[in-house]
Amino acid sequence: MSNTILEIKNLKAAVEGVEILRGVNLEIKAGEVHAIMGRNGSGKSTLSKVITGHPDYEVTEGEIIYLGENLLEKAPEERALAGIFLAFQYPIEIPGVSNLDFLRVAYNNRRKHLGLEELDAFDFEDLVMEKLQLVKMDASFLERSVNEGFSGGEKKRNEILQMALLEPTLAILDEIDSGLDIDALKIVAEGVNQLRKPDNAFLLITHYQRLLNYIVPDVVHVMSRGRIVMSGDKNLALELEAKGYDFLDEEEKLTVV
Amino acid sequence: MIILDRENRDAITDRETYIGGLLQQAENQPLWWQGNLRQLVAETRRRGGKRVAALHLPTKKDEEWRFTDLTELYQNNWHYATPSQLNPEALAEFILPPTNHSRLVLVNGYYQPQLSDVSAVTTDVAYLGNLGGLGEEEINKIASYLAKEESEDGDIFAALNSAGLVDALVVWVKANHTVSLPLHLLHITVTDTSPRWSQPRILVVVEENSVCELIEYYGVINSPGCSYIPTGKCYYFNNAVTEVYLKDNARINHSRIQMESGDSFHIAKTAIYQFSHSHYTLNEISLGGKLYRHNLKVYQKGEQTETFLYGLTLLQGKQLGDTHSEVNLNHPHGLVNQLHKYIIDDAATGVFNGKIRVPKTAQLTNASQLNRNLLLSPRGKINTKPELQITADNVKCTHGATVSQLEAEEVFYLRSRGLSEEMSRHLLIDAFAAEVLDKIPLDSLRQRLRQCFTCRT
Repeated sequence: MSNTILEIKNLKAAVEGVEILRGVNLEIKAGEVHAIMGRNGSGKSTLSKVITGHPDYEVTEGEIIYLGENLLEKAPEERALAGIFLAFQYPIEIPGVSNLDFLRVAYNNRRKHLGLEELDAFDFEDLVMEKLQLVKMDASFLERSVNEGFSGGEKKRNEILQMALLEPTLAILDEIDSGLDIDALKIVAEGVNQLRKPDNAFLLITHYQRLLNYIVPDVVHVMSRGRIVMSGDKNLALELEAKGYDFLDEEEKLTVV
Repeated sequence: MIILDRENRDAITDRETYIGGLLQQAENQPLWWQGNLRQLVAETRRRGGKRVAALHLPTKKDEEWRFTDLTELYQNNWHYATPSQLNPEALAEFILPPTNHSRLVLVNGYYQPQLSDVSAVTTDVAYLGNLGGLGEEEINKIASYLAKEESEDGDIFAALNSAGLVDALVVWVKANHTVSLPLHLLHITVTDTSPRWSQPRILVVVEENSVCELIEYYGVINSPGCSYIPTGKCYYFNNAVTEVYLKDNARINHSRIQMESGDSFHIAKTAIYQFSHSHYTLNEISLGGKLYRHNLKVYQKGEQTETFLYGLTLLQGKQLGDTHSEVNLNHPHGLVNQLHKYIIDDAATGVFNGKIRVPKTAQLTNASQLNRNLLLSPRGKINTKPELQITADNVKCTHGATVSQLEAEEVFYLRSRGLSEEMSRHLLIDAFAAEVLDKIPLDSLRQRLRQCFTCRT
């Protein structure tokens, strides 16, 4: 049995007829943290949406194998129940649904899928209180509607809280650092680090090297124009930070010439 | 052209014959009472009959009925409902704790003392019963509340209800009292083997400085075997009128729950009269009816009255649900806060028309009105018309309407957390409904309605 969690081969995907991913290859093994960097519009977020099955994105070629199975045949909820989690760049506000109810429904749904007994309201509250510590959130967040009126940092922490409850095998964090001040960034990073295990993996999507000081990646990839054009260790991120993304244009020109 | 005219004329003649038939049935109802009460009822009926005769049955050509086509109602040959016996066990599904001993029951428009139980509310706090249980002095008092002219103004259906008045449910809360339990006013239609119409009638008077909570509930028990329509379900028509009076500084929280069968017609008038410093809240929840129309009129009759109108309508299949509300302010420092939400699925149609009148005499009014609509299907439809009529110059008034569908990004967010598409949709629909459902003070009712919204969408 291989310890590969995710394998993406020559993945091409389009949204509204415009090709965004133009042949992505990526392999993530258990216990690894990967970071994908790149400019706006390079296809980073699209990749996360395609992995989680957003209906607006059409896969035109290639495949995604998750734990040995063809992921592209599965509905978004099946992917989630199989252990894939996406922390959204812009978490959605859902007025009228209490955060606690939402968390319980999602958590119990996952338990049911795993053949475990659902937790009752009291036991769940105990569990969620414990997880709240991880992201240093106040219990009053539970009573509020999902993400409604949350600050940017609170929304991101709420994503990590959900991740902590759902214990995914593959967690994709889409610009989890955007809009966070340094204290919130540390809290979020600390939360993620505590959830790292030998049998799970993380895919971080970010513009900035800063996040990677706190969540140290095993592999750093650079995405440009719908492809992963470069991969390396954590030092690649430092290099990028120093010289920016402009060299990608130079390379593009060179290949064109 | 001549042919068209004749068709037109024939249609008008047909409708005149039709309303004539209904009016005759109404007027043929027995007069049950003696003495002053007999006189009061007879006089009310006479006035109602006169108003019916002066009005015409509305069609889509009438501005107030532009979007609500009653043709199907007029196609039925309705027979006036008769008193029907019902076993107490049959009530089980309608019981709402803790109102077990503060419940008044009507079946097919008729008061059912053996099914009612008001033992938890003492007579020095309130009179709860029918017209027949009132004393002489109370009958004299009631004359100035029952079938007020404004309740029937231009409303042929409300007038028709009065024209056939046999009895009425009466809630009369005496001054300076708080009724400790919610009062459950339960109307049950027991369907019959032929299409029946009923005319439920409710009168509520809450005297000075008193407080009460009302649950007005319209439900149905389908009797098996209606052979006259292919689906086996029974048509019926409820033409209800409820008049509510809040004397100075009185306070009412009124939940109006309409859960008629999907094969029924429900036309209702609710007229609210508010005197100074009174505080009225309506939580109107409507799920039933093949066609329903609620004419809601509020009259602020004193300074500093506060009116809160919350509504939630869920429509499916080919249902048509119509709420026409009108709030008439007439004094300084009035407050109106209205929120009505529609959830429209399949090929259903919603109609909302909300008028707020702010004349010169109503300076310093604070009025807000919002109609929000969630369309779940491309065939669903909403006709909405928020309407402020302001002639006062020192007021704060807002109004608006929104139409939306379930946001794809919200559904995806929930699915990405492992919820099925169906669960995700339900959760979002429930969230839309919750804003109004959560206003209902009675836990048992709120829980029941929450389930209804989840299971029906």
